Amino acid sequence: METVLAMNGITKSFFGVKALDGASLEVRRGEVHALMGENGAGKSTLMKILTGLVTPDEGSIELFGERVSIATPQDALRLGIAMIHQELNPIPDMTVAENIYLGREPTRGPFLNRKQLHRQTRELLERFDFHAAPETRVGSLSVAQKQMLEIIKAVSAEARLIIMDEPTSALSDGEVKTLFQTIRALKGQGVPIIYISHRMEEIFSMTDRATVLRDGQYIGTADIAALDADRLIAMMVGRPLEAIYPKERIEPGEVVFEANGLSRKTVFDDITFRVRKGEILGIAGLMGAGRSEVARAIFGIDRLSGGEIRIDGRPVAVRHPADAIRHGIALVTEDRKEMGLVLCRPIRENMTLASLPIDAKGAFVSGRSEAGTVRGLTDKIRIKMRDVNQPVQSLSGGNQQKVVLAKWLLTKPKVLILDEPTRGIDVGAKAEIYRLMSELAKEGLAIIMISSELPEILGMSDRVLVMAHGRIQGEFEGAHLTQEQILACAIGGSHSA
Amino acid sequence: MRNELAFKRKLAPGGLSEGMLRKYGLILILLLAVVVLSIVSDTFLTFTNLMNVLRQVSINGILAVGMTLVILTGGIDLSIGSLMAVSAVIAASTVSDSSGATILALVLGMLASGFLGGVSGTMSAKLRVAPFVATLAMMTIGRGIALLYTNGRPIIVDSPSFKYLGQGYVGPIPVPVLIFVVIAALVAVLLYRTKFGRYIFAVGGNENASRVSGIRVDRIKIGVYAINGLLSGLAGILLASRISSGQPNSGIGYELDAIAAVVIGGTSLFGGRGSLLGTIVGVLIIGVINNGLNLLDVSSYWQQIIKGVIIAGAVILDQRAKRD
Repeated sequence: METVLAMNGITKSFFGVKALDGASLEVRRGEVHALMGENGAGKSTLMKILTGLVTPDEGSIELFGERVSIATPQDALRLGIAMIHQELNPIPDMTVAENIYLGREPTRGPFLNRKQLHRQTRELLERFDFHAAPETRVGSLSVAQKQMLEIIKAVSAEARLIIMDEPTSALSDGEVKTLFQTIRALKGQGVPIIYISHRMEEIFSMTDRATVLRDGQYIGTADIAALDADRLIAMMVGRPLEAIYPKERIEPGEVVFEANGLSRKTVFDDITFRVRKGEILGIAGLMGAGRSEVARAIFGIDRLSGGEIRIDGRPVAVRHPADAIRHGIALVTEDRKEMGLVLCRPIRENMTLASLPIDAKGAFVSGRSEAGTVRGLTDKIRIKMRDVNQPVQSLSGGNQQKVVLAKWLLTKPKVLILDEPTRGIDVGAKAEIYRLMSELAKEGLAIIMISSELPEILGMSDRVLVMAHGRIQGEFEGAHLTQEQILACAIGGSHSA
Repeated sequence: MRNELAFKRKLAPGGLSEGMLRKYGLILILLLAVVVLSIVSDTFLTFTNLMNVLRQVSINGILAVGMTLVILTGGIDLSIGSLMAVSAVIAASTVSDSSGATILALVLGMLASGFLGGVSGTMSAKLRVAPFVATLAMMTIGRGIALLYTNGRPIIVDSPSFKYLGQGYVGPIPVPVLIFVVIAALVAVLLYRTKFGRYIFAVGGNENASRVSGIRVDRIKIGVYAINGLLSGLAGILLASRISSGQPNSGIGYELDAIAAVVIGGTSLFGGRGSLLGTIVGVLIIGVINNGLNLLDVSSYWQQIIKGVIIAGAVILDQRAKRD
């Protein structure tokens, strides 16, 4: 079949780190081509190069057999390359028709030709079986409809290659079906699609071939029919992933942390639990159950309106995170970028940030001892970086999360609270975070892990609390716990023990 | 190699890696200006003139150093011109009472402006007033205080020791230049060697993450505005000493040159990124260009336009550097 796109030997470095190292991608006419790889593998950089947002250091791009240079997003559009982003950006107060033809409205003389605009739009919408009038305000459409709109817009602008980045991440099951119909329609019209997704079932049901990148390098391209999920993951990770949850059962020690009847008005109430040395306590529940809010209040970010916290049996007063840190509590927040890191500052400064206020070295920072501290920990935690002075924002999500963990380990905590510790990071980095949690528990740290991923809760916890509507609804222990039990409790709020 | 690395670390433990090229780019602009002016003007590259330039920049230099701290936290201080006047009139009245020594005048003047700076910081940190607004308010309040204190009349100073601060020399070097150098060195230590300095960068880079990391963000902000107030007071006293009087209307518009120097020096107005060295180079660039244009007899109207173009140019360069 005819080759539409050939990217060869693409290399790009940021801050001296190679994001892409001789990567290649070949897409044929009428195929849906999966681009696979862990976060930080270079997928998004490769797509940014294709859409003119980033210029490569080396390598060539051929489109329909012609060598092209894509220096700006305008170049990409002119060449017929369209990207449907994770975050959609139509203009909500304009109509469907106005959005589709934004910037290339049909005109008669100097005036807009509304009649023609609506006629063209109606034809286009019919072709894609899109049930909305051209005059509909875009703000009133669902996420899936907005996404369809973006695709239709791309096609109407004569896109010859469409890139979809995690297109199903915000869609319901029904909407996914609609999207897939659209993709099949595009395929029938011969428009090739580069499809990025972490969801295996989509890859296997929707795509024809897959290209895998790892650490910025080209690993291989294969027909999907010749692959299975295990082979694909092995290609992405570079090793088989048999032990993703390296949880070791150890005998927990004495109680380190106690929450007695914690409450915060209208947010959560009567939260009572204990955590022992070496124990991993999982807290499960749906979004909005009040789990993160409890963690924030324990840590002194928000005020408690009632209840008591004890560390090693002694009641402690926490009015500011500084108090929590002094008493040996650490919190890895769910939002890494907003609450966890100072993105523009170097790795080194981020790592020591929380331990500086409590170290005993007076008002000054000693560069030498800081460098030693940081080096000792980066080896243990295996952060992939060029050096400790590069800004944290230049790291991938998984490595950023490791910097946050390192920061808290340097405060020498007794209790470590992890709020969604693996959100938005790839399989390999996840496995390393689990390994680290296991090691820390073995060293006697008490760990509280808030997570919405049930496999992670089941795989890592010694004991599980389930929260709903700001209250603890149940406590579970034991190896025969199932996802269904937890989910039933989280939704129904049944009081099982 | 190893020694060289260690040496670099010693120079600037706060992270030389960031925007190194840009810093050197700025120094190149400064050198270029110096070379061009040396060629087109006979008087520029003389010892007397260079000392003259340094003396002229020292007041803006002290202000810009303080302003750098404020801008690094993501704030801004528009009140420094008024704080200069408050400090100047209090110091001038202290020495002209003849009961007080120059040292006492310095201390009282700087304490007053430092206190007012702290009030701005408290408004912004505790009462959540945007720094732009809080210091805009302080700008008029401070001016009012200075006018009220003097009844709107300048306070003439005769004290030789007070005049020495702004007019004296140590050997061939003007006293204000020495004071500027000492202040810059002290603030460099504060910024790059102390926890407080580290927290300034952190708070400016991400206030939430800093608070969660146990940093008392409010105290850092209030401290920074208070230090900036102290330094404005010092600059105000140097100015009063230069003109032998404490003028309630002195210092008007000085905040603009200070902010300009910080911005030319590459410090981000959003906070978190920037350097003291950049600010000092920014101060020198402004000073050299002002001096050069004077020597070349360029009209002061043109000078303003040229300065504006340089500020805009520096920010445009900064944006381009960030994009890649």
